Amino acid sequence: MGIFEKIFRHHPPWGVHPDDHKLPAANAPLRSLPLPALLYVPMQQHVGSPARPVVLVGQHVLKGQLIAEAQGNVSAPVHAPTSGRISAIGEVTAPHPSGLAQLAITIAADGADTWCERLPVDDPFALAPEEIARRTAAAGVVGLGGATFPAAVKFNLGRRLKVNTLIVNGGECEPYLSSDDRIMRDRAAEVVDGLRIVMYAIGAREALVGIEDNKPQAIAAMRVAAAAFGNVQVRPVPARYPMGSDKQLIQTLTGKEVPADARAAEVGVLVHNVSTCAAVHRALRRGEPLVERIVTLNGGALTRPGNLLAPIGTPVVDLLRFAGVSGRPARLVLGGPMMGIVLPHARVPIVKGASGILAFDAAEAHVAEAGPCIRCGSCTRACPMGLLPLEMASRIGADDLAGAAGFGLSDCIGCGCCAYVCPSHIPLVQYFSYAKGELSARERSKLRNDATRRLAEERVARLEREAREKAAAAARRKAERDAAKAAAGAAARPLPVRIVKPASEAAT
Amino acid sequence: MIPTRHAGPVAAPHAASAGTVPRVMLWVSAALLPATLFGFWLYGWPAVHLWWVTTGSAILGEAFCLRLMQKPVAPVLRDGSALLTGWLLALSLPPWAPWWAGVIGGLFATVIGKQVFGGLGQNLFNPAMVARVMLLISFPVPMTLWTAPLPMLSANAPGFVDGLRITFGTLPATFDAMSSATLFGYARSELSRGVDLLQSLAATQAPTISLLGERAGSLGETSSLLIAAGGLLLLGLRIITWHIPFAMLATIALFASLMHGIDPARYLSVGIHLLSGAAMLGAFFIATDYVTSPNTAVGQLVFGAGVGFLTYVIRTWGGYPEGVAFAVLLMNALTPVIDRYTRPRIYGRDRRGAPLEIDP
Ligand code: SF4
Ligand code: SF4
Repeated sequence: MGIFEKIFRHHPPWGVHPDDHKLPAANAPLRSLPLPALLYVPMQQHVGSPARPVVLVGQHVLKGQLIAEAQGNVSAPVHAPTSGRISAIGEVTAPHPSGLAQLAITIAADGADTWCERLPVDDPFALAPEEIARRTAAAGVVGLGGATFPAAVKFNLGRRLKVNTLIVNGGECEPYLSSDDRIMRDRAAEVVDGLRIVMYAIGAREALVGIEDNKPQAIAAMRVAAAAFGNVQVRPVPARYPMGSDKQLIQTLTGKEVPADARAAEVGVLVHNVSTCAAVHRALRRGEPLVERIVTLNGGALTRPGNLLAPIGTPVVDLLRFAGVSGRPARLVLGGPMMGIVLPHARVPIVKGASGILAFDAAEAHVAEAGPCIRCGSCTRACPMGLLPLEMASRIGADDLAGAAGFGLSDCIGCGCCAYVCPSHIPLVQYFSYAKGELSARERSKLRNDATRRLAEERVARLEREAREKAAAAARRKAERDAAKAAAGAAARPLPVRIVKPASEAAT
Repeated sequence: MIPTRHAGPVAAPHAASAGTVPRVMLWVSAALLPATLFGFWLYGWPAVHLWWVTTGSAILGEAFCLRLMQKPVAPVLRDGSALLTGWLLALSLPPWAPWWAGVIGGLFATVIGKQVFGGLGQNLFNPAMVARVMLLISFPVPMTLWTAPLPMLSANAPGFVDGLRITFGTLPATFDAMSSATLFGYARSELSRGVDLLQSLAATQAPTISLLGERAGSLGETSSLLIAAGGLLLLGLRIITWHIPFAMLATIALFASLMHGIDPARYLSVGIHLLSGAAMLGAFFIATDYVTSPNTAVGQLVFGAGVGFLTYVIRTWGGYPEGVAFAVLLMNALTPVIDRYTRPRIYGRDRRGAPLEIDP
């Protein structure tokens, strides 16, 4: 960083600057986890419909073999993370605070870790962009930054909307985490190759790699790897949480603001995470589906924090053991401390989106008592979306959810900046997620009620119509009968006058 | 039901900044300390006694209300906000004011000014200023009876016990000779006698504006520079932002220089306006009260400018020589309106809240 950059380095007017706690974990060399004996591979590791198992219990599978196929338009297939025998297809605890059960395929590893047949592509740029999207989808690649949106769906969207700029997210603004940092340092060439393949797949003309300036080694490695490609620029961005949020990174790198009801692709940019790009590289160049990832193990309760290369489906407890737990962790978090979720216990498997497992000691897990809002405005200054968290929270506290929505609740990205700075320790994000959930539940039940009412109204209308039609039909039949009777009578008795008269009455 | 952190699973974020409410209040108190100690030295023991009587009453008032509502007392008192309210009130009183002024004021500030509204964070008006104005309106004479400085160790200065007797009203007559006027009060009364400022301020008995503040006034008025230094500390610690103090002081300075430029015989100079009187205390410690001021930068600029403007108007044309307290209260009343009209723009939306146009 030049002297001028240092002096004039401005930070954006939003966000917070938490203690990053990335060291020493980020500097520890990447280690590979010894193969676990049992792997629990969940069917729902992505946004969209869960995958559907295509293997049977007892069947032997090879590493990388398809074990569950995608269902529907937004979904992703799942592959065997190692070779072994399918020992069960059933429910396991999901990596989610609810501790709910979820369908997973259990594989008893045979220890050989034998790959299935891989179909590497020598020159991905010779393929059609659609073919790259197809292969990426088939390899089960999803957004590895945490959003876990199926990558290929975004490729197709980008191509359709003629996206010009690919933004590669190397922000990794969450404290404690360093898996993206590590992949940029250790596999920069793979990341750059992957992002070039992504550019080609979406038809982008340039790629901007945004990396927070607290990762100088990653920036240097990426610069070297990207040096040969003029359309790939590595751009250091100020280390400020939530820089790794798509909207904030887009704004910082391009000055563009994504309109509230639009997708980033509609303003000509598409964001992919660095680890996702590396996974695309592997899927294409090596024909390897996404079966492993780098997970940051960090937190005060660990004796050997660092980054581990681990197969998908590894139980968290195996990772913790490898990283050395001292005492009993006071809290386990999946993801970063700002937006991560609490794990119910350590017997849950890691999934494709698991960028980190944090084991907090008692001090880190300390939760301060919440006090009243002193209207200090810190939350407003910190909010990257320009919201007024204190106003929304006070509305929600008074059960005025519509009022909170009027203050822009739907624009809240749940980044946690407001709750982080609040001197009264008000659990603002909890208020907001509660209110968002409640509002969408009400919306759903309103839709349901509307639908029920419409059905009921339609039924009433139908019954009335049927009754009317029946009555009309009855009247018609009666009239016909009467007419027939009258005609018969007329034929029997010549009394024309009496026939003419009702006819003339009918006419009046 | 609203979920709290303690019911059910703990939710993100799993980290918090170092800022806490007690920490904020502690630093504000620390920032007030130099000016307060200087005031103690300047006005002697009576000022010290008035200070503890006032802050003690404010704290008692808060504790009493909490007791009444069967809320836990200790944790709330520990946040330090009642202490601070009493402290700011004490700094705005005449240093030799009688004990009952401190008691009534302190109780009024926390009971009526704060707890009646629902406690910390709920009050519309600055509690210390509510009490200050109530005292001024109810007891105009003792509230405008100022004492000339009588530094603690000087010859005639009352000792600890005499100080007690002065504050508690058993030793009145002896010290009468030292009553004096604040600069604003003096200038106003001279003007109303038809003596213009050029003459009155040049006269020997005129109060001077020494930078250190050796002149009559409340504790918080006299040592403007120490108050400003405390304010800068709060700015440096990011406990307050620059918007309100800057807007308030700049507005006062603007009008003062304008009017003084037009007619120096009738209008006081910028220096007097900024340094004598409660401008500094108001700008850094009172107008910046979180609860009763707007939350956004723009709102704070508007608010500060409003306080500055009203202060100038009241000082110059109003019924009282000092106007900061009234100005703050008036702008407090406008805070909800200012908040409504200065909402920040939401990312991806225009000022009215409609989504931005898509512009690829
Ligand atoms: S940060 Fe907390 S105390 Fe301050 S205004 Fe926001 S909600 Fe209130
Ligand atoms: S209101 Fe939402 S977007 Fe704003 S800081 Fe809080 S969590 Fe983040």
